[in-house]
Amino acid sequence: MTVPVQEDALDGIAVGPHPEPAVGGLGTETAEPPEQGEAKSGSALIVNKLTKRFGDRVAFEDVSFEVGHGEVFGFLGPNGAGKTTTVRTLGTLLAPTSGSATVAGIALSDSNGPQIRSRISIMPESPGLYLRLTVAENLECFAGLYELSDAHERIAAALRAVNLLDRANDSCRSLSKGLRQRVGLARSLLNDPEVLFLDEPTSGLDPVASREVHELIDGLRKRGVTIFLTTHRLDEAERLCDRVAILNTTLRMIGRPDELRKQLFTSTLDVRIRTPLDNADRVFAGLPGVASWELDQSGAYVLTVSDPSVATPEVARALVAAGADLVFLGESRHSLEDVYLELIHEDEEVKAR
Amino acid sequence: MTFSWTRVGAIFKKEIRDYRHNRFVVMTMAMLPLIYIVLPLVEILAYKATESSSTLDSRIGLAMLYMLLIPAILPSALASYSVVGEREQGTLEPVLITPIRSTEFLLGKALAVLLPTLVISYVMFGTFLGVAELFAQPAVTAAVFERSHVLTQLLFTPLLAGWSIWAGIAVSTRASDVRVSQQLAVLASLPPLVIVALMAENVITPSLGLALGLAAALLLIDGLAWRVVATMFDRERLVAGSKT
Repeated sequence: MTVPVQEDALDGIAVGPHPEPAVGGLGTETAEPPEQGEAKSGSALIVNKLTKRFGDRVAFEDVSFEVGHGEVFGFLGPNGAGKTTTVRTLGTLLAPTSGSATVAGIALSDSNGPQIRSRISIMPESPGLYLRLTVAENLECFAGLYELSDAHERIAAALRAVNLLDRANDSCRSLSKGLRQRVGLARSLLNDPEVLFLDEPTSGLDPVASREVHELIDGLRKRGVTIFLTTHRLDEAERLCDRVAILNTTLRMIGRPDELRKQLFTSTLDVRIRTPLDNADRVFAGLPGVASWELDQSGAYVLTVSDPSVATPEVARALVAAGADLVFLGESRHSLEDVYLELIHEDEEVKAR
Repeated sequence: MTFSWTRVGAIFKKEIRDYRHNRFVVMTMAMLPLIYIVLPLVEILAYKATESSSTLDSRIGLAMLYMLLIPAILPSALASYSVVGEREQGTLEPVLITPIRSTEFLLGKALAVLLPTLVISYVMFGTFLGVAELFAQPAVTAAVFERSHVLTQLLFTPLLAGWSIWAGIAVSTRASDVRVSQQLAVLASLPPLVIVALMAENVITPSLGLALGLAAALLLIDGLAWRVVATMFDRERLVAGSKT
């Protein structure tokens, strides 16, 4: 069962933050502006050399980035990398050891905690619902904590947004894990947050439930809500995020997924032909844009190129001229997963030394 | 942002709703007072007209002390669960993510324990008075309805409950396990009862001035305890389980 996200239902909620092109963090480019909303200046999040230690243990260290209004920012990293601790620190639940940050326009400090928390929402990995209460009773409690004057309208709108209006009077204990996650999302939308932190929102969900959550995030993105998404699901990050940061205690990389690929991997062309070339060196050597070539285990030629758009037609012409039966010629695609694994692998090698 | 009664009310309402659906709480609230009212009733109904007046005083004193066990012990079970229980359920973090202040959260929790405690304690005391009126010897009835006894019960019930609640919540903010928290909270709720017991047994001579003095001291302690427990409420430790 796929439950479509009711974007219209979001009209009542979560439209407060207004999008603008994201401010590039650490020299990276800006994200595409979301489709709706009006411009708002500044960044939703500015993090500067933030560090959190528990005694001798470093949770995260020297982390700096910015997130623009309306941006969906992915925060990736292996278990124990410090993702959740970063979210809790930015959410004023934990005090940073050093560094500074501005969250929803307010400087991160203990005294500003209540003010910051009124402007943001965090959905923890486990929704933490009161299972003996109904869905509506859970949301009523939080509407009170946010001092919402139009609580009933907000609750109805939040439940409509996650397609749970008809389950409002059900006990949370009776809901599946996926539905509980949706209640958690509805709860985090109640206060119309400027920044919505989603901590592993699809953790433990089946593919259908995960897809529902993805569609909801997509809906929020289109409305210009700034979303800070921690995940270790790389497909999720690649699909949903304008930019991603990879954290492994320290921030390893930040940028758009395609930028990260470019930064980490050289461009290569895959060439598949029906029968191997007699003298591949003669065909590929000296072609404009082709730096080197090799034959991989599957029998395909892998050409390292400086610019695929220049090299591809040259390679095609050379192969045809050599009488090769060309089966496939295209640029190799590295996934975000390749980027992630490469970085984490590098870290492990450094630790092993 | 200033102190908000709306947020206190939200926690209070949620707690009361949660209790209603919690079989353990309902059973505790129903059974404990019934157990604690048996002994005072035995004390006053077992009195024979031939017994001396000092025996009567002793019986009444003991009965009244037993009655005060209800507000002293009953809230400790709930109060000791209030923070560590939420932490174990994973419901504490979502609440702390909202703008709520520690003082608001704790007051909401405390009031939600205080209300049922007062209702049950006074209903039990009313039952005790009713039984004394209907079934006890006239001398016993007269002694039970003595103004100082009734006033002591009315006055000390909320004050002892307040002590017990704050002691329970204090333990709950520092404990890492619900069971340990509940055991420690019961112990922590007892000290004020020692003074009441000494008064009941005439070790300390009870007087209106002493009772009012003790009541004032307890009231002050209850008020201060709210602030003290709020400073003990360490969000960082409660959320991450560690302290910088």
